[in-house]
Amino acid sequence: MSQLIYPLRGGVHPPENKQQSLQTKLQHSAIPAELILPLSQHIGAPAEAIVNIGDKVLRGQMIAEPNGPFSAAVHASSSGEVIAIEPRPIPHSSGLWGDCIVIRCDGEDRWVPRTETENPYALETDELLNRVRQSGIAGMGGAGFPTAVKLRPPATSPIDTLIINGTECEPYITADDVLMQQRSDDIIRGCALLAHMLGEPDNILIGVEDNKPEAIAALEHSLAHLDASEVPGIDHIKVVSFPTKYPSGGEKQLIQILTGKEVPSGGLPAHIGIVLQNVGTTVAIWEAIRYGKPLTERITTVVGESLKQQGNTLVRIGTPSAFVLKQFGFDEDRCARLIAGGPMMGFSLPDINAPLVKTSNCLLAPSHQEMPDPEPAQACIRCGHCAEACPASLLPQQLYWYAQAKDHDRLQAHNLMDCIECGACAYVCPSSIPLVQYYRASKGEIRQAAIDKEKSDRSRQRFEFRQKRIEAAEAEKEAKRLARKKAAEAAKAKAAAKPAPGSAPADPVAAAMARVQAQQDDPAEQLAKLERAFNNASNRAKSAEEKWQQAETDEQKAKLEARFKQAQVRMKDAETKLAEFKQSQNSSSLAVDSDDPIERAKAKAQQRLSMSPLEKARNTLNSLQERLKKAQQKAAEADEDKKGAMNAAVDKLTQKISDLKQEITDLQATAPGPGNESPVDPDSIEDPIERAKAKAMQRLSMSPTEKLQSSLKSLESRLNKSEEKLASADADQRPALETAVAKLQEKIATVKQEIREAEPSDNSPAASASEPQVVAAVEDAASAAIAKAKEKAAAQASMSPEEKRQAQVESLKQRIDKAQQRLDNAMAENNDNIDAFKLGLEKLQNKLAELEAE
Amino acid sequence: MSFLRASSPHAHGRIDTRSVMRTVILATLPGLAALTYFFGPGSLLNIMLALLFCLAAEAAILALRKRPLSFYLQDYSAAVTAVLLGLALPPYCPWWVVAVASLSAIVLAKQLYGGMGYNPFNPAMVGYVVVLISFPLQMSQWPAPLPLAEQLPSISAALQHVFTGEGLDAYTSATALDIVKQNNSQLMSQVYADNALLRTGALAGAGWEWVNLGFLMGGLYLLYKKVFTWHAPVSMLAALSLCALLGYDAGSSQSGGSLTLHLFSGATMLGAFFIVTDPVSSTVSTRGRLIFGAAIGALVYIIRVLGNYPDAIAFAVLLMNFAAPFIDYYTVPRSYGHDKARRATEKQEP
Repeated sequence: MSQLIYPLRGGVHPPENKQQSLQTKLQHSAIPAELILPLSQHIGAPAEAIVNIGDKVLRGQMIAEPNGPFSAAVHASSSGEVIAIEPRPIPHSSGLWGDCIVIRCDGEDRWVPRTETENPYALETDELLNRVRQSGIAGMGGAGFPTAVKLRPPATSPIDTLIINGTECEPYITADDVLMQQRSDDIIRGCALLAHMLGEPDNILIGVEDNKPEAIAALEHSLAHLDASEVPGIDHIKVVSFPTKYPSGGEKQLIQILTGKEVPSGGLPAHIGIVLQNVGTTVAIWEAIRYGKPLTERITTVVGESLKQQGNTLVRIGTPSAFVLKQFGFDEDRCARLIAGGPMMGFSLPDINAPLVKTSNCLLAPSHQEMPDPEPAQACIRCGHCAEACPASLLPQQLYWYAQAKDHDRLQAHNLMDCIECGACAYVCPSSIPLVQYYRASKGEIRQAAIDKEKSDRSRQRFEFRQKRIEAAEAEKEAKRLARKKAAEAAKAKAAAKPAPGSAPADPVAAAMARVQAQQDDPAEQLAKLERAFNNASNRAKSAEEKWQQAETDEQKAKLEARFKQAQVRMKDAETKLAEFKQSQNSSSLAVDSDDPIERAKAKAQQRLSMSPLEKARNTLNSLQERLKKAQQKAAEADEDKKGAMNAAVDKLTQKISDLKQEITDLQATAPGPGNESPVDPDSIEDPIERAKAKAMQRLSMSPTEKLQSSLKSLESRLNKSEEKLASADADQRPALETAVAKLQEKIATVKQEIREAEPSDNSPAASASEPQVVAAVEDAASAAIAKAKEKAAAQASMSPEEKRQAQVESLKQRIDKAQQRLDNAMAENNDNIDAFKLGLEKLQNKLAELEAE
Repeated sequence: MSFLRASSPHAHGRIDTRSVMRTVILATLPGLAALTYFFGPGSLLNIMLALLFCLAAEAAILALRKRPLSFYLQDYSAAVTAVLLGLALPPYCPWWVVAVASLSAIVLAKQLYGGMGYNPFNPAMVGYVVVLISFPLQMSQWPAPLPLAEQLPSISAALQHVFTGEGLDAYTSATALDIVKQNNSQLMSQVYADNALLRTGALAGAGWEWVNLGFLMGGLYLLYKKVFTWHAPVSMLAALSLCALLGYDAGSSQSGGSLTLHLFSGATMLGAFFIVTDPVSSTVSTRGRLIFGAAIGALVYIIRVLGNYPDAIAFAVLLMNFAAPFIDYYTVPRSYGHDKARRATEKQEP
């Protein structure tokens, strides 16, 4: 008892009223005809029934399994038949009904086969945790926190203190007192087992208020006579008693009393290395692991002046309150109110038939004299008694003030959310104001407001997004309409110039081709696009990885891991694509600067070959301009005697450049060539899209022969010019020009040859009808897609669910690929739909992850 | 059968507002007894009249506001206001002064703001200040205490004076605070030697010191009954003492007055234990009450010594009533689980 005690701030001393229920011995309640087992007897998700109506069940058989990690199982408390699974009145502060499994008992009370464990301390922690979870144990002190969750503290907070709560500070209740007196050995054993599960914390404290001397004596006795060989680590266990004061038994308050530490606001005791369990829970854990008995019974205090007899009873979980009360001689007319729990934090039972559950530590049935109806509330005189009583150091009168005003900001600034609803403030209030009720209502309002705000934020975002999408769609439509109008005008003009039915391209196809062409033409844009794709992919992978690492449950982890891997694969794809593209870019430019002259020539030749004359000329111009720059630089830096030569070279280059410029303008003028039936010069069109379209249209409308003829023309004109130049050239320029002329002549010859070859095929109708072909191909594709979809539907109809799922996964993957492509395209075009596409893609990915996780 | 559905807690402590108010009235008795012993039945008359006017005004306004009369009148809050007002007003002051003060206190300061619990200012002090400013002549006429007066007025003479303004002749004398305030040429020792009032008293003038000791006793009783905490009255008296010690300057002609003069003269003890501790119009946190009390103590001294009025409890309290909500914003205590105290003006969790 050398343990240091820290004072509890605030608190009150209500009349203890504990003697009434300690006059008689612990009774064993009979088994009722019907057991009502609520699916939600704990905090968290309700359990899920795994029995059906009509099933025979045995005592200890799991009838509802935990639904998710934050849940607890439910077991049949006696053998019998499931006769209903339906909403019934349950002991809950809301007064609402809840789903219950109703068992008609057969009176035989047969157990399911149980496995006993001789030495539970030898078991692994995981195995122990699993058994606790399978035994449906939830905090029996009143809160019903799933015990397995509490015993698996986050890995980041090592536990150094285990506290067993035997405080029982509420007036009237003596259930834990009786338990400590009768089962002190099992409490010590269970305590040691909990310590084993938590990795042997340094401090193991059993806290008991000093108004339970017999319980303290029993625990001390057990500590003294139990053998360390039987209970490992018993030497570390200490029983600590401290002055009686309400609410010392609150989790946060007991931690403060025994350790002097405070649980951070909004945090868990585990965050400061403390785990706290109720003595009842400790015994339940011991029973479950040592004897294989799931939680099916508990000690409940039945007390109040409307009963003939008051005391504690060992009752099956699920026993209707009315059944228990009857055994204690309940007089309904004398009863003022029926309370589940103690007078400070208990709540009114909505119905006398509500069952006793895992958290029912007391059934209080006071008389009218004992607990008169509450006085009408008077005005708050701000006397401050509440602030003195508050164990959380809040300012209850300010909270009340702001709760009336519904001032949520101020309420939160006054730490309303740290209120533990112990009722000390309302107990001392001279104006009989139901303060706790105000706080509960305000907390609910604040939570609701937060949910509503999130909802409205989301719908606002959705709305704004929808507006944007609609605007973008409208703009696109408008652009298309304009384009159609222009195209129609162009077609009209063309028809007027040269009636050629069927040669006008279908507009969208042409537009698409032009777009693609434009993209392919510009390597910088392509590079940017690939880079964007890669960045996106790597970002997605990063966030997926983060999520994966933050995931808490295994299922989630698996899902997220899959998603992360997928993202990684995609990232790598993007990376390789990007690398490839960069390499190809480099190789083409590198080749030009390459040291090997042959290689260089080859590369240049290759580049040239793939270039149109106009492009070639531009290319040359660029390189010439560069050379000019260099030459000018050199000239500026050169010595006097070299300057002359340098200047001459510069002049020459300038001359060449101007020639080339001239050539380019010529080429531009003639570029459309003989096929130039369009009255609109593509390069003169302002709108780049329109220009691309026009160019594409031109190209489409050219037959191969025409194309060749156009290039022939341009070549011939270039030849002419070159010959002119040659005539006027200096001696030193001559050889170069001569070779150029020769080259041109050669080219002309080959082109002419090509034309000759092309002409026969050009006459066939197929070549000139290439446009209708495209349209037809599109139509074909559409009909093929429809046929495919039909086929798929038919195939799915005949598939097994497994196959169906597989097929769904496949199709989803395809859809995801497509969506990805669409997104990339959109990004490349800087389209307004990027967000929509992203959203769609993410949705598809989520769907896929879900499907795969199933 | 359905039982009462009530929110927790189902148990309730035994104290209520009514008993708190009754205890406060009870605690004024020693002070009242001293006043009656030294000054005659004037204060008793004041209290009777104030009770009459206050309860009548409260009832009338409650009727206008359609509130249940008996429920609100039984909380004794109007009675407490009346008693404090009666104690603060000079004995034998005309009945209409009491009437104006009572009506101002109950109607203006309390009911117009929403009744008990909603008044930002101490009602008794509002009533007192209204008549102090409006009727300075009547409010400065304090009778001479017993050893100086030949005999105390009889009840009939007192009643006649209160209702007709005649019947008592030459009964007024300056209070100890008046004497010190009006002195600006004599040393303190000379002042004490020249004035019978100061000369007769052991601490701060004949009669006055006993009245203050009476209220101090009542205050200690309330502390013992845990009606309020020690913070506000103690910090007020401490601040006043500190100022008095600093300003005494060894009793020169410019001296602000001795420590005992400030502590046991005028309305110091009545203010410290019955006015400053009024919970409705003061601050709520412990720290806040320390600041609130200390500021009142300092203001009392400043107004007494530098201001125009000889006493200053009412003004100091009212000034600090203004500041109370502001102090509250910055003195929210550190709650469980928080590293440091928050300010109430914060909008959201940081």
